[in-house]
Amino acid sequence: MATTVAAPRRRKQNLVPGDKAIVASPSAWFVWFGMAAFLILLIGILSTVVVDSFGRQWFANWLPQEWTASWYGQGWERFDLGHVITVTVLVAVVVVVVSVLIGTPAAYLLARKNFPGKKAINLLFLLPVIIPPITFGIPLATLMYSWGLGRTVLAVILVNLVPSVPFVILTMTPFIEQINPAIESAAKMCGASILKVFTKVLAPLLVPGILAAAILVLVRTVGMFELTFLVSGPQSDTLVVSIYRAMTSAGGSEARQLVSAMAVLYTGTMLVILIAALRFVNPTQLVARVRDNPDD
Amino acid sequence: MSTSTFEALELRGVGRTFGGHEALKGLDLTVRRGEFIALLGPSGCGKSTALNCIAGLLPLTHGEIVAGDRRVDTLPPEKRGFGMVFQSYALFPHLTVERNVAFGLQMQGVPRHEQKQRVKDAIAMVKLEEHATKLPGQLSGGQQQRVAIARAIVLEPSLVLMDEPLSNLDAKLRLDMRAEIRRLHQSLGLTTIYVTHDQEEALSMADRLVVLRDGRTQQIGTPAELYDHPANWHVADFMGYRNLLDGTVTQIAGDTATVNLGSFELHGHVAGPLAASARVRVAIRPDDVVVTASAADAIDGNAIKATPSVVEYHGREFSVTALTDDGLRLNVKAATAPVQGEPATFTVRAERALVFPEELA
Amino acid sequence: MTAVTMTRAGAERSSASLKHRLAERGIDSSLLLLLPALLFSLVLFVYPFAYGLGLSFQPSGAIQQEFGGGFFANYVAFFKDPFIFDSVWLTLRLALPTALINVVGAVPVALVLRRKFRGKRLLSSILVLPITLGTVLTAQGLLIFAGRQGWLNRALMGIGLIDQPIQFVNNYLGVMLSLIISGFPFAFLLVSSYLSGIDPSLDAAGRTLGAGWWNRFRRITLPLLAPGLATTFILTFVLAFSVFPSARLVGNPNGSTRVLALMAYRSFGEQNDYTMASTIAVMMGACELVFIALVLAWRSSFYKGSTGGKG
Repeated sequence: MATTVAAPRRRKQNLVPGDKAIVASPSAWFVWFGMAAFLILLIGILSTVVVDSFGRQWFANWLPQEWTASWYGQGWERFDLGHVITVTVLVAVVVVVVSVLIGTPAAYLLARKNFPGKKAINLLFLLPVIIPPITFGIPLATLMYSWGLGRTVLAVILVNLVPSVPFVILTMTPFIEQINPAIESAAKMCGASILKVFTKVLAPLLVPGILAAAILVLVRTVGMFELTFLVSGPQSDTLVVSIYRAMTSAGGSEARQLVSAMAVLYTGTMLVILIAALRFVNPTQLVARVRDNPDD
Repeated sequence: MSTSTFEALELRGVGRTFGGHEALKGLDLTVRRGEFIALLGPSGCGKSTALNCIAGLLPLTHGEIVAGDRRVDTLPPEKRGFGMVFQSYALFPHLTVERNVAFGLQMQGVPRHEQKQRVKDAIAMVKLEEHATKLPGQLSGGQQQRVAIARAIVLEPSLVLMDEPLSNLDAKLRLDMRAEIRRLHQSLGLTTIYVTHDQEEALSMADRLVVLRDGRTQQIGTPAELYDHPANWHVADFMGYRNLLDGTVTQIAGDTATVNLGSFELHGHVAGPLAASARVRVAIRPDDVVVTASAADAIDGNAIKATPSVVEYHGREFSVTALTDDGLRLNVKAATAPVQGEPATFTVRAERALVFPEELA
Repeated sequence: MTAVTMTRAGAERSSASLKHRLAERGIDSSLLLLLPALLFSLVLFVYPFAYGLGLSFQPSGAIQQEFGGGFFANYVAFFKDPFIFDSVWLTLRLALPTALINVVGAVPVALVLRRKFRGKRLLSSILVLPITLGTVLTAQGLLIFAGRQGWLNRALMGIGLIDQPIQFVNNYLGVMLSLIISGFPFAFLLVSSYLSGIDPSLDAAGRTLGAGWWNRFRRITLPLLAPGLATTFILTFVLAFSVFPSARLVGNPNGSTRVLALMAYRSFGEQNDYTMASTIAVMMGACELVFIALVLAWRSSFYKGSTGGKG
């Protein structure tokens, strides 16, 4: 790959105009080497887990001696993965819908209006995204248990909403700022009530932004370990937590291949969700068109 | 929603403050049905504020607005029944031209078949028939502006508000659209309030002009009134009196004042309350200045000796910048080009040299 | 004031109602849009946090006896008990270098990927892929791939680079690798988007003025990119600082990777000492915010205006 791109080593004065070498050769090689190392690590990690999940026994060889698909079936039954995946999807969908419903109006207001205390409110919405999940997760989990919500799916949903709502606000605000406010004024001048302005004009314009925020929240929620782990129990574990439990279960962890099979399932779920979500994102950016009015 | 027409729209002491800043103060104006009013002034003068207050997009802080016998300043914009054309066009980017134009009709619940016909008529009116199914992003700036106009007039609003609608267009297109807007105004019998910073645009389109500065009304009148009799030197400046010369009154006789401008004296028309030896500003339009053969031929005894330093060809005429000996700059429009660098004598009729008091609030 | 002012007497009095005057300051019914998010934040974020803070001042008897300090016993313990306090350094020792590596590594990669070449799309998608992996799969993969019997050690021994398997996992290095794998894609995405916000004609302008690539990078691109790099650093630092599952799975949770999150969880889940757990959690947030504040203070010395691009 490197040979197709990296410019051949040349002295600086030999560079002809239009030469594409932005990064001179030695550093270019360094970059490509770094990237290659990263890719090897990444592909190695991914493929070993997949190979491991199909191997009967695999210790001191390049490949397992025998192949089998039985770990998936075993894992599915042993960890009740049908239930776990249902919980995972349920939690993710509810968190996405609720955080978009709560976050979008707030993002609209923060993008469009100035009011006393706006800075403080911005900070309030920024904090859950930047402080460690454990920091607010532990007091929150303590409360959840004292409210009697410990180990319920509701608790898992609630704790996951804490960083998700601010996340929606942070991603949506710039999207809304891009929409020319005159468009809303124009709708009002056409006789549209506030409600109609939202449903007929703003909502269609915001669809790309909402989808982008929704996908990000979805990925974060499915992958969120810390917060879920603090409040979930056997009936409310999401996939990532139940894999962790399998890896660390007291009294000798589960068979390694079992965990690998679950990890593959996890990544598969994530990919399916991502691809499904990306199908709905309209690549034509309506918002961008507003700004690109030709001036001529 | 009622879009009842009115015989007159009255603004009574309309004002708007932002924080402590008075963006608009004490605007009194009566707009008669069928009139074309231009709000004119430099940026930040309060003209857009005034327009947005009339539209209802900004709440008033002072005064009231009455349409016919109905007070409208307490109504939200969508209940006032006015149409508006925005500087940035503000077309709905996700809707086709047709659906942009139909939007207001849908909001009013106009029956579908009637909607269709009216949209068709409006689009024909702005000559966009072949673009009806395109999205705004696929149109040129001029076409987008036509859509914006069609969207505003399809509702047959009792008042059309236009906020610098031509400022994003190039010079030639601007001239075409000017005529177009004027034509629509007349043929549809619209009542229009038009905001612009371009005095030429305002003079050529409007029945009456309102000149604003720092949020305050400077003058209201017909184009001819403003052009010939600006109320103060600010309005004069805005109306193309490009020569503003500072001096002192030496003598006042009837409505003629003699002003000392340093190296020479000028006789001018008293255009404001003046006292002897007051500091004044003399306003002269470049096309009122004439080149003469000698000081003896000077009209009304106004002889200005100056040396042309820049001569620009402007088609039918020449735009000349000349400097007097003590450095006063004179802008002149001449039919024949004076020789650059060769001293010449310029003259102006006393009644076209307007003498204003220098001090203005 | 002038002869032509049209102001009528009496128009001075404001006709605006209280509602209007409040609206002028930005207070009107549209603020209701904020209400759900605000309520939500108060109930699920502010209140629990305050509750946790309160809890941290109600130390258990055992802690009070051991460390003294009354209400503050938990905090005294936090600073005095080396087993707890050392984990602050262990966490920083892990988070700072990792964040630095991620940001410094992302810049040249983003620069290279700004150019057009075949396979660019594929390469950038692969770089972003780890976002879907999740920490747990990464940990599992690292354990197998980089373990003593893993492909990595086999390959290195096979080509004769090493004689003995290298210990890649169950230590500091393992956690760091896992943090780079999960953090680098984020850093890369952020830096790329900041880079796309810089008008390419600035680089062209530098070229016409005779600047070589290094001078263009150092004097044009880097200063404009600096605030974005600071933000990227903060975000990857946040990710690395709150490391939890990988510190347990591929690290040495009783030694070199005994990070704050693990300590807090231990108090919470294993010792059921909620007050000490809250204390560690609060101090963890405080440490992180102090670091972010330092970076932000440093960042405020950078150029902050427009970068001429579309972003």
